[in-house]
Amino acid sequence: MIWQEKIECMELAALKELQSERLVNLVKRVYEKVPFYKVMFNLKNVVPSDIRTIDDISKLPFTRKTDLRDNYPFGLFAVPMSEIVEIHASSGTTGNPTVVAYTRNDIQLWSEVMARTLVAAGATKDDIVQNAYGYGLFTGGLGVHYGALELGAAVIPISSGGTKRQLKLLGDFGSTVITCTPSYALFMAEEALEMGIDPTKFKLKVGIYGAEPWTSSMRREIEARWNSKAVDIYGLSEIIGPGVAIECVEGQDGLHLFSDHFYPEIIDPDGEKAVAPGETGELVLTTLTKEGLPLIRYRTGDIVSMRYDRCPHCGRTSPRMSKVKGRTDDMLIIRGVNVFPSQIEAVLLEIEEAKPHYLLVVERVESLDQLEVQVEVDEKIFSDEIKRLETLEKKIQREIESTLGLVVKVKLVEPRTIERSMGKAVRVIDKRDLYEKTKNV
Amino acid sequence: MRYITNTMKVKQISVFLENRRGRLAEVTQVLGEHNLNIRALSLADTSDFGVLRMIIDYPDKAYMVLKEKHYTVRETEVVALEVADHPGGLAGVLKILNENDINVEYLYAFPERESVDKAIMVFRFDNVDKAIEVLQQHSINIMEARKVYNI
Repeated sequence: MIWQEKIECMELAALKELQSERLVNLVKRVYEKVPFYKVMFNLKNVVPSDIRTIDDISKLPFTRKTDLRDNYPFGLFAVPMSEIVEIHASSGTTGNPTVVAYTRNDIQLWSEVMARTLVAAGATKDDIVQNAYGYGLFTGGLGVHYGALELGAAVIPISSGGTKRQLKLLGDFGSTVITCTPSYALFMAEEALEMGIDPTKFKLKVGIYGAEPWTSSMRREIEARWNSKAVDIYGLSEIIGPGVAIECVEGQDGLHLFSDHFYPEIIDPDGEKAVAPGETGELVLTTLTKEGLPLIRYRTGDIVSMRYDRCPHCGRTSPRMSKVKGRTDDMLIIRGVNVFPSQIEAVLLEIEEAKPHYLLVVERVESLDQLEVQVEVDEKIFSDEIKRLETLEKKIQREIESTLGLVVKVKLVEPRTIERSMGKAVRVIDKRDLYEKTKNV
Repeated sequence: MRYITNTMKVKQISVFLENRRGRLAEVTQVLGEHNLNIRALSLADTSDFGVLRMIIDYPDKAYMVLKEKHYTVRETEVVALEVADHPGGLAGVLKILNENDINVEYLYAFPERESVDKAIMVFRFDNVDKAIEVLQQHSINIMEARKVYNI
């Protein structure tokens, strides 16, 4: 089933023409409306009239997360606030979150690509969608919600957590589609069994899992435990939220990326050139049609590979990206939430004047991610009194929770236990194994 | 008459230790290798870490040695008191401190060999100068620091 068959199965030549037309309009608009882009274009000696086809995109400058940070909060908007109807915020690399915003048309766009997403996963308007992605500033919850509304499916905005209630509604309402992180799906299955509930007996036919990396062996496990299909969804709030790419349930063989709206390039992570087709590199996306916050050649930090042939399973021509194979930076994803070690460092710095040596240890315990922040106790923070040290532990924990919305365990450790390698401290030990090891999709 | 109180303040060495096997043994080993004698010690612990408090015969040397070995060390002023070695002895001292609003952060015993009817307790006060004044006013015997180190 395909939501917008004409577009999603468009011949590649026609698709390219559509993308070219959209790019030409986009560069004119941002050059005029976004001062940041005017400057960036000038630095590269490019003007809108230099862009005539989609291939000219390589003449344009890249946009990075730091650019969003430097223009916090609303510096990159291409429209006045009166036209903005929704604002979201997600993790920034330091103290300030990354702000994204939507016009009414952008919300319609979001609804459209999310409807495509749900349909690609096999959903129809007869389905009941239990949406266990977080509602709020996180774009996951509302993204699925808008898509279900557009499709006409019945959406239950249950948001994340409250496992007992999730299971009750799955049973009593007979939800046929579930949307949540893959680790939560595994966690719920375990909880169900502990409660004496058999998760294979629900009416679930498909789960749309994403917001964090997961392997094909995790997929097999989720499908077995829930007796339903598991498809991978990809998105990022800077681009739109969820709705950038989705696996078709018929194939589960690569994620269809809606390149009529979000034009992908695979770039050498250390440089600026595109890699050969099929090779692995950093996914760079250009929002061809977004109005509120259009982004040109945004470096996602996600490492993937891409296939451009028509999908033999569903017939779509939208290019298929592999599962995300890794990151170009040190960003972590903890229970679906993006965390930059530098964010934690910023919090620690505010508590202690001198920069403490710290280590982040990430583990998955019984399907749930746990982040432990180890802080070296040096003379400055060492108090002879236990209660002061404990108070410090709790204070660090509280500050991290209140600033980043992340619950962590804090452990004080002896100095020099945290390795210094080549003068640069190792900041993160991730004991989970979330990225696919093979070269193939 | 007010005595010079500096001679009554004892330097205690505190060390931060993770709750890992062998950490305590390593510290005592290091001190032993440098000919330093631990006169008294107390180990306060939580589930993750502990604070080892020690009275050492040469506290300044001990501080340097431990610092060189990259331990997190701190010097703290404590006071060693004589407490009557019979039931109610400690209670008597604590009552006086309490009545005079002196807060005791922690305390521990000191192995004593010289007198038969007195026990030595090491006290950490929140306000050591005020504590010494109150103790002297009530004729509670405070051991001189150099006696504590060399006892």
